[in-house]
Amino acid sequence: MTRFTETADHLSWGRTLRLQHRVARPVFRQDVPATLAEGLSTLPTLLATGLRRSYGDSILNPAGGIVDMAGVDRMIAFDPETRILKADAGLSFDALLKAMVPRGLFPPVSPGTRFVTLGGAVANDVHGKNHHGAGTIGRWIRRLGLLRSDGVEHELTPGDPDGLFAATIGGLGLTGIITWVEIELMPISGALMDVETIPFDDLDGFFRLSAESEASHDYTVAWIDCLATGDKTGRGIFSRARHATGGELSAGKGGGPTFPVELPSIALNRFSIRAFNAIYDWNGRRTAGRAMQHYQPFFYPLDAIGQWNRMYGHPGMYQYQSVVPPAAARDATAAMLAAIAAAGEGSFLAVIKTFGDRPSPGLLSFPRLGTTLALDFPNRGGSTMALLARLDAIVREAGGRLYPAKDGRMPRDMFRAGYPDWERFAAHVDPRFSSLFWTRVGS
Amino acid sequence: MTTIAPAAGRRLRLVVLGGTSGIAEATARLYAAEGAEILLVGRQEDRLAAIAADLKVRGAARAEVAIADLAAPGDAAVALAGFAGTLGGIDHILVAYGILGDQAEAARDPAAAERILAVNFTSASAWCLAAANLLEAQGQGSLVVLGSVAGDRGRRQNFVYGAAKAGLAALVEGIAHRFAAKGPRAVLVKPGPTITPMTEGMQRKGFTWAKPEDVAAVVRRAADKGGPVVYAPWFWRYIMLIIRFLPAPIFNRLDI
Repeated sequence: MTRFTETADHLSWGRTLRLQHRVARPVFRQDVPATLAEGLSTLPTLLATGLRRSYGDSILNPAGGIVDMAGVDRMIAFDPETRILKADAGLSFDALLKAMVPRGLFPPVSPGTRFVTLGGAVANDVHGKNHHGAGTIGRWIRRLGLLRSDGVEHELTPGDPDGLFAATIGGLGLTGIITWVEIELMPISGALMDVETIPFDDLDGFFRLSAESEASHDYTVAWIDCLATGDKTGRGIFSRARHATGGELSAGKGGGPTFPVELPSIALNRFSIRAFNAIYDWNGRRTAGRAMQHYQPFFYPLDAIGQWNRMYGHPGMYQYQSVVPPAAARDATAAMLAAIAAAGEGSFLAVIKTFGDRPSPGLLSFPRLGTTLALDFPNRGGSTMALLARLDAIVREAGGRLYPAKDGRMPRDMFRAGYPDWERFAAHVDPRFSSLFWTRVGS
Repeated sequence: MTTIAPAAGRRLRLVVLGGTSGIAEATARLYAAEGAEILLVGRQEDRLAAIAADLKVRGAARAEVAIADLAAPGDAAVALAGFAGTLGGIDHILVAYGILGDQAEAARDPAAAERILAVNFTSASAWCLAAANLLEAQGQGSLVVLGSVAGDRGRRQNFVYGAAKAGLAALVEGIAHRFAAKGPRAVLVKPGPTITPMTEGMQRKGFTWAKPEDVAAVVRRAADKGGPVVYAPWFWRYIMLIIRFLPAPIFNRLDI
């Protein structure tokens, strides 16, 4: 039997909220229905979570219970002919990569960390640096199991007529517990990436590089120095890559060192962040050019340091990831950078990428055609909130929206304006599933 | 670097007694990544089957399941010979099953105490002795047994469990002594508190709680090299060294 126990350790990646949770940790897929039944017998609502890389409150449910699915992490079957892997929802990308890279297979879409579960990837319809070609991960899901509060486990496919599949892809776990997933993997012939690093001096440089690289390269992304001012405004480092052909199919090393403690929150200040960005820029320009790189540092640079979020200290951090349509992209991005520079609230790592036109399959999927900018800010309370509100105004004006997986504070009307399908989605939400995010924006 | 290409020479054949144990499964995943042939023994057929399917995708050349009540070994030698038959031989044997039991209940009810001792010591000893004979007869192979730091000094919190693991420790050390300079190995691995289903519901705060993967790495290494007693993670050797040598007047005042 899997019990629900009280814990103060159920935090999201941003660590801004520290709330007591009742958490159950099933280990086998067979145990999940009993866990669900037990939870619902005493708790008003449940929410399944994975490796908790979501930044905000979409994985918190203090008023109900949490079913931590990270222990339900087995591969069920793999068919080399169709390249379809069937696995428990708690399987991590890390484990998937270790098993599949030596076979010459790779996830068709990789988020920025390999410490996410398949279920979490589906529930947030994650994207990667290859969005312009591959779209979101939801496009590669062939079937999935969804356990609803009535105890019925549904088998959903992309053609599903009543829309429950479309609601579950990107559905933030609100339609039930994703129990297993079938995903189509992508062939690769080597574990190395052929990476080209190109500095740019302004936003026009970024958009030019992006446009010219999308046809030639599978993966594109850029870092932008959000504290640069004057004639350095909009400078950054563009990176474009493809899977190299040939070479060894090695899955790479395990984890690196772990950030042992929370830093004092004073450690990340405008000076240290400015210095970091200047060094990053200098290093990017110094090493510009073409090089071969193992897939791990290319796709998952931050995974090299476990629990890097502790760098932001006890108050935690906010991520702010927006997407704005192409017509407004140039001006909205410039306006956001100007607002950040004016506020002096630097972002440690600002990442910018253009999304392609591949439709996202989920009713609540974040990616759409346009430009996405991801920023993180140390939580300094009122001044941080004021800056984020200014960014909100720019994104709304541009007709854009924010990424729920990264959010811990978007206003309800901004969510509803950004996700016009939200009411169709709400009709599929399981009445016994909820999250703090959903109570904030959806109900 | 992890590669699935079979190691030079033939594949390792591993028998796991207690295949659904959290540490055993994490260890079996390491063997699977090496392309080993694995037999999982236990009672819960559907769970063992789920683990075996996973091990195959992770790279195991074979992953089989045998259903047995390990706490009631009957003739352990015959059973073990049967497992060897399934795999065509045995290289490594991992004895991983056990129950934590309830100390308070064991203090009240002799049958509960008896059960903790019977599962963790009596039956495990039968399997270890049979395994020792099998490995000695073939002149090679490793017996790796999961003990516990709880066996190093009796504490009011869990001393029946601790006593069983202490007895098992002496037994495995004896087998290691018997094997000295003969070829096979016997190792007792003593994990500290580990985040597995066995400890679900406990307050698991602080650095002393290990992940099963961390303990598994120690278990896997212990099968190939090192002394007859290995702590997992390593720092438990020093913590337990101090705890063992604490004078009783001090020890008795500690709530540990």
